[in-house]
Amino acid sequence: MPEQTTVDAIVVGAGPAGSAAATVLARHGYSVILLERGSFPGSKNMYGGVVYPRILDQLHPEWWLEAPIQRWVTRRSTMVLTDTQAVTVDFRSTDWGAPPYNGATAYRPDWDHWLAGKAEADGALLVCSTTATGLLRDGSGRVVGVTTDRPDGDLHARVVIACDGVNSFLAKEAGLYGEVDAANYTLGVKETIALPKDVIDERFAVRGRDGVDIEILGGTSGVNGGGFIYTNLDTLSVGVVLKLPKLGAQKLRPEQIIANLKAHPAIAPLVEGGEIKEYSAHVIPEAGLSMMPTMTADGMLVAGDAAAMCLAAGIWLEGVNFAMASGMYAGEAAAEALEAGDTSAGGLAGYERRLNDTFVLRDHRKLHRAPALVLSDRVQHRYPAMIANTVERMFRVDNPSPKPGLRRILNEERKRAGVRIRDLAKDTLDGLRTFG
Amino acid sequence: MSGAPTGERWPELSFEDLIATTRFDIHERAHITVDDAICADCSTRECVVACPANLFVPTSDGGILFNYEQCFECGTCYLLCNKEGAITWTYPEGGHGVVFKRT
Repeated sequence: MPEQTTVDAIVVGAGPAGSAAATVLARHGYSVILLERGSFPGSKNMYGGVVYPRILDQLHPEWWLEAPIQRWVTRRSTMVLTDTQAVTVDFRSTDWGAPPYNGATAYRPDWDHWLAGKAEADGALLVCSTTATGLLRDGSGRVVGVTTDRPDGDLHARVVIACDGVNSFLAKEAGLYGEVDAANYTLGVKETIALPKDVIDERFAVRGRDGVDIEILGGTSGVNGGGFIYTNLDTLSVGVVLKLPKLGAQKLRPEQIIANLKAHPAIAPLVEGGEIKEYSAHVIPEAGLSMMPTMTADGMLVAGDAAAMCLAAGIWLEGVNFAMASGMYAGEAAAEALEAGDTSAGGLAGYERRLNDTFVLRDHRKLHRAPALVLSDRVQHRYPAMIANTVERMFRVDNPSPKPGLRRILNEERKRAGVRIRDLAKDTLDGLRTFG
Repeated sequence: MSGAPTGERWPELSFEDLIATTRFDIHERAHITVDDAICADCSTRECVVACPANLFVPTSDGGILFNYEQCFECGTCYLLCNKEGAITWTYPEGGHGVVFKRT
């Protein structure tokens, strides 16, 4: 029998949450094993395409000098589509193309690999190609390590930080989740489409490293969700996010819904002629605060997607930043608990305190109504036509008829879209309470 | 230059060609198993339409043919499946399964 060794911390999953947690713990001088089931960090990870790394100012100052980004997002568009129309709100800022930057497009295998390398450089031991298959517990039920799929693969630790992604079997095994409901999840599917850089620059009206983020409402073939196009250096990320039960209850497959989006008259000129380099998919914990697990158990913390940290609030779509921040705070709380010699749930309470005091849970609390509102049937199926038809009539010149007033147009288009005044008023109020 | 002329349609890939753009390092152990006796009684079959890898194929005898090889490991199938025990879902062996590309 090999002698059992106990490390200070095992972090499961070398995504943005796990690497941030491992970095913090290693810097405090604790022994950390960072477990990754993929052959390299990021190999299992996919997202739409934009990361907001402001939180890294604390962990890796001037991260932009070395982070593997594709383009800096300097142009952000929100599109509302019907079959034949598109209404776009477009914002650009030159400030976002210069330090300290705002958002960037990046490939997750690049980004996560880089961030895990930083944890390694700080002293964490990265172990790839190793799947954590379960929890080790002592007689009192306290988590004392993980089992893995390696021979003699049990690993003992004073604290386990589960950053094992949206499916987090470790958090579920620990009993930190209630009943899992498919309605809390969306499926993201994406095509990475190669086009020459100068073609992308021209089609999207950007130069150099500047890039574009386009969020789309109404382009998902009637399935509640949203679409996106992000510019990478010489590829586009084009995809859709689909509410699981709605996807399962109709006949179109995910790749057909992407194909429909790509064929839309407002989208086709942006994406056509490219070569598909990769097709990818991932599930997203969409429902925010309402689906979050208990964050702490005796000997264990949960961070990142494993703790349902994605913020899917329509005009804000973030996840990697919440993962990095929650991982960082989990690392700080674990270091504090190790220092005090108490890694019980009580000793680890500094984690929830940090989440509560920072944007991580403050944003989620503030926007807790947003995911349901954005994916609601009226926002998804009625408002796009109401908005697009209203704008079309605003700009249509109907001579010799005189111009109708805006209020009259909106009222008529509201009725034509089948929206009742009281529902519009309710959703407007909901929107103001949510986003205001 | 501006790429393909407006209006030109490039050939849509078949699903096989589409998923052939994704890299999979396949392990001989099936990490997901499906009990097709249970599936035979299922009338909704959300997995068939929703699985982004198109791994669930209805058979002529009313069962479900399942392939684990080209799996994104996303979890859509088990999250949507409402039949207790129909889908047994684990991650593949470490170092195997889907490998998204680095630049």
